[in-house]
Amino acid sequence: MRGRARTWRKRSVLPGFGLSLGFTIAYLGLVVLVPLAALVIKSAGLGAAEFWRLATDPRTLAALRLSFGTALVAATINAVFGALIAWVLVRYRFFGRRFLDAVIDLPFALPTAVAGIALTSLYAPNGWVGQFLQPLGLKVAYAPAGIVVALTFVSLPFVVRTVEPVLAEIDRELEEAAATLGASRAQTMFKVIVPALLPALLTGFALALARAVGEYGSVIFIAGNIPYVSEIAPLLIVIRLEEFDYAGATAVAAVMLAIAFVMLFVINLLQAWSRRRFGYGS
Amino acid sequence: MAAELSGAPLRISRPVRRGRSATTEAPAVRVALVGLVFVFLGFFLMLPLVAVFVEALRGGISAYLAAIVEPDALAAIRLTLIVAAIAVPANMVFGVAAAWAVAKFEFKGKSLLVTLIDLPFSVSPVISGLVYVLLFGAQGFFGPFLDAHGVEIIFAVPGIVLATIFVTFPFVARELIPLMQEQGSGDEEAALSLGASGFTTFLLVTLPNVKWALLYGVLLCNARAMGEFGAVSVVSGHIRGLTNTMPLHVEILYNEYSFAAAFAVASLLALLALFTLALKTFLEWRFAGAIAAERAH
Repeated sequence: MRGRARTWRKRSVLPGFGLSLGFTIAYLGLVVLVPLAALVIKSAGLGAAEFWRLATDPRTLAALRLSFGTALVAATINAVFGALIAWVLVRYRFFGRRFLDAVIDLPFALPTAVAGIALTSLYAPNGWVGQFLQPLGLKVAYAPAGIVVALTFVSLPFVVRTVEPVLAEIDRELEEAAATLGASRAQTMFKVIVPALLPALLTGFALALARAVGEYGSVIFIAGNIPYVSEIAPLLIVIRLEEFDYAGATAVAAVMLAIAFVMLFVINLLQAWSRRRFGYGS
Repeated sequence: MAAELSGAPLRISRPVRRGRSATTEAPAVRVALVGLVFVFLGFFLMLPLVAVFVEALRGGISAYLAAIVEPDALAAIRLTLIVAAIAVPANMVFGVAAAWAVAKFEFKGKSLLVTLIDLPFSVSPVISGLVYVLLFGAQGFFGPFLDAHGVEIIFAVPGIVLATIFVTFPFVARELIPLMQEQGSGDEEAALSLGASGFTTFLLVTLPNVKWALLYGVLLCNARAMGEFGAVSVVSGHIRGLTNTMPLHVEILYNEYSFAAAFAVASLLALLALFTLALKTFLEWRFAGAIAAERAH
């Protein structure tokens, strides 16, 4: 039995290949792939014309534009501050460093609904932060700015956690070489360190963006949810479902899923590029 | 060396010390950057966390306790525990099986499989719920069949469990796969050559090698399972006392303007998050090498 040539895998003395791979594929198929296929089949069943009509409905387009616009702003904020946080955590030694490092993962651990009501209470006009913004004419809670705040919170760890390990591996000798060749610290930073960090930074940015675009729980409390103004795409799916408009919900979901696949593909390309060019990056 | 040989007195000229090394910033810049990070994280991360507990205790400790022991809240806590008790072990078994297949064997399509395992992380939680509604809902593919046999999945506990399994699917697998790949299969091959059966090898060699990473993955999986909101919200139907998990109960209380009660239940979830973070930090600190794949085995 073992003598039979299997060309699609290398032979191994370890047992359990068929069992573990079979179970993995069956479970993956049942839990993830079949349900996602149901979404694809359902949207294909709508027909091209109907799908196009639903997907380009002005309210849908407004929701998608809002979801992407706010996610883009949040991911950009996190790219800047994430890189800074990673730099400080890796390069400097100071009191409270381990504590800060642990706190970074709070958005992963804190349920999104809890984050949502906490941020809303902070940024509401009578909240701790909102009461100082109100006289300045800044409205954060119940406005698109609130969505950016919530998305910044939930996607904060991604850039830090992708840049941190790469930064820790960068050879200090490169910086020393740059310094001996007469580069200023700023030149070393932008010509030596930033290019080496770029793939990790872009990967973190893409991961943060992907997470922020699909985020629901933290946003719905703070957004105000006014159609065309502060209604995000995932919320529109829920609204369509509550109206028993399955076709409408499916069309929005299919567009978002397609975008998620494209982003996943881009993230994989970025990581492959990073491995090829720099030899590291997960 | 050369100086000694030639007999000339050895003079070591001390290198001129500049104020700082060439590979760091001026002290003022460092202090400013560290300060900026403290302010940013304090403002964006710590302040919301503090707000949860302050708002929860605003009505006093007795109101806090009353909100938690209220029957609907207890039912929500019970349901959250039940759902996590099913979803987490299911994904743990899957994670171990997937890691064994991916890390110990070479086969075609492996990188595609790893990408597919991570897929649920890229899907919006709302879509994770929606796909089960499309499958098992009244208008879904299996809706009429389930209805005819009196099986309820959507707007019932099974749907909540399925949606939770979907969103927490990759956690254990993605912690184990890189570590087990790093470890290779030398230990297992040695055990097998000494006559251990496959199962004994797995139980006594592989499992002890990955136990801390497994615990780490389970911890993250559990935190997400108990806190999941979007996916569960779509399939739950929000029936108080029956299909409300803790995050959904928080939402209902909040929308009813029972803010103190909403924050009281939310504070339990925040405590779970803090406990998860503390244990995670401890595991990283104590067993760094046994969790992170970067370190040598």
